[in-house]
Amino acid sequence: MIGHMISLGAGVIFAIGLSLSGMINPDKVIGFLDIFGNWDYALVFVMAGAVIFNFFSFRFLRSRKPICSHSHFWPTKMEVDKNLFIGSALFGIGWGLAGICPGPAIVNLVTLEPKAFVFVLSLVMGMFLFKVTQKLWE
Amino acid sequence: MENVLNPLIGGLLIGLSSSLLLGGIGRIAGISGILGSSLAKFHVDNLWKYYFLFGLILGGFFMYVVYPQMFHYKISFSESKLIIAGLLVGYGTRLGSGCTSGHGVCGVARMAKRSFVATLTFILFGILTVAVQGALS
Repeated sequence: MIGHMISLGAGVIFAIGLSLSGMINPDKVIGFLDIFGNWDYALVFVMAGAVIFNFFSFRFLRSRKPICSHSHFWPTKMEVDKNLFIGSALFGIGWGLAGICPGPAIVNLVTLEPKAFVFVLSLVMGMFLFKVTQKLWE
Repeated sequence: MENVLNPLIGGLLIGLSSSLLLGGIGRIAGISGILGSSLAKFHVDNLWKYYFLFGLILGGFFMYVVYPQMFHYKISFSESKLIIAGLLVGYGTRLGSGCTSGHGVCGVARMAKRSFVATLTFILFGILTVAVQGALS
């Protein structure tokens, strides 16, 4: 139960961070990616803040048992393969088209803007499509 | 001078959140993975994911109420463009095992080679996509 509350709290803090940082605003994201045009470098600080924080805290946490779990669930895949590259490239194209990645997509639902729902439904459809075509990639 | 304080504090909060999840239940805060795997049939092992996703909505709603200025924008793109983009983001993040959070924030911070490659790839393709659209318009 404490674990679930931690998870809930982490979700709340994550959404506050996304909202405060400007990551939820598609125009800011497009501006951040527009390095050959009117570049808006502000979002560099989001990535920097999060990565630097985690760089130190993950080092600290790595050697300690999680509060509510017997161990850490580290990703098991190690090798760089074509799926990683193709998937990330497709994601990058979608990100560049609409300026919305999965976290901000979910947070944007609170505006009750129909277009936010269109995006999340398409995102979920894309995930389902992957599930049914998964075998093609193995 | 662009305001960089909010992005910096926001980024630190994202770091704090993912560290809380790792130190609390040992999990990586990868939102595409959490969303994708919670779309499957209900499973007790996935409960933490439902809580995390619900937390995202709660936190977003909290900010929408106390700091509505952050939501003063309109998604200006057409529905068809949003559908194509959404499909690409959904499919791509599953095929590439992660998005901005799992690879970009958590993976890079723990110096994972796969996450470096993924992050450089999606940022590069994002930049190219924006550049091509700029050239075409």
